[in-house]
Amino acid sequence: MKGIMGIKLGMTHVFDETGRAIPVTVIHAEPNRVIRIRSVGQDGYEAVQLGLGAIKPQKVKQPQRKDFEQRQLDPVRYVREFRLTGATELAPGAEHRVEEAFAAGDVVDVTGTSKGKGFAGVIKRWGFHRGPTTHGSKYHRRVGSLGSRTSGGGGRVHPGRKLPGHMGHKRVTILRLEVVKVDKDRNLLLIKGAVPGPKGSLVMVRDSVRNRKGAV
Amino acid sequence: MDYIKLLEEDQMRHDLPDFRAGDTVRVAVRIKEGNRERTQMFEGVVISKKGTGLSKTFTVRRVSYGVGVERTFLLHSPRLEKIEVMRRGKVRRAKLYYLRNLRGKAARIKERR
Repeated sequence: MKGIMGIKLGMTHVFDETGRAIPVTVIHAEPNRVIRIRSVGQDGYEAVQLGLGAIKPQKVKQPQRKDFEQRQLDPVRYVREFRLTGATELAPGAEHRVEEAFAAGDVVDVTGTSKGKGFAGVIKRWGFHRGPTTHGSKYHRRVGSLGSRTSGGGGRVHPGRKLPGHMGHKRVTILRLEVVKVDKDRNLLLIKGAVPGPKGSLVMVRDSVRNRKGAV
Repeated sequence: MDYIKLLEEDQMRHDLPDFRAGDTVRVAVRIKEGNRERTQMFEGVVISKKGTGLSKTFTVRRVSYGVGVERTFLLHSPRLEKIEVMRRGKVRRAKLYYLRNLRGKAARIKERR
């Protein structure tokens, strides 16, 4: 397993050898700093904590600041843990670069925080159908029936009923995206297709868990 | 620094001539048929240019055998071998969609000198 995190910069396209325009998301993956190693012996699983983005020590909350100090590491804005096999070979404080993590053609999963949509109705949020806008109809974008009088023993709404509410701004992982290009001089990762979140947000890229062709 | 702009600039073409809406151009497009690659010519009037940066496109219209044909090309596409400006047209707007409703004599464009 391989992984790295970066900042989503936005989308553009690149031309492939045959001249087709491939839509790509550009991720700025500056060298990640190895913060901590989790090993089977000590923690029961193998993983690595990576850090990204230099930050002033006074901007970090005290418990974490002390931790950085004790381990003699520069404080970072983002710390995320990646379940990487072979993580124990890495040493805390080491750099983890894009070109070490991925090459063009790799299949990856990308995790980010989706764009917040605010309080959304049932049509936008769950894809319900709209009612007629005219012909005397007063039923336009409403929720509709929540169930029969006898449903669930009567007079109650089933748990999990699709209703209006907050949409977006939650953790989303897109599986099986292709790495189109790795620009190691500029620390850029070009991934085919769209990736969750607004520009400037943190995204985590890891080897796809559904790597095999056709596997679901 | 704007990395996206840099990435786009790397791929942009600067070998193409300047042209605008109203001009008549001949576009040489590389087309792949199976394993063979050949060049196809498409000549007509530029009726629109839109978009910015790498995704700028232009639309060429021609009337062939009485049927209007429009093709939209990505300006910076490597598939474009060559663009020749055959004639410069004098027009008063940027998008010439009105040409779709005209035919024959009415669809002529004055030459710009």
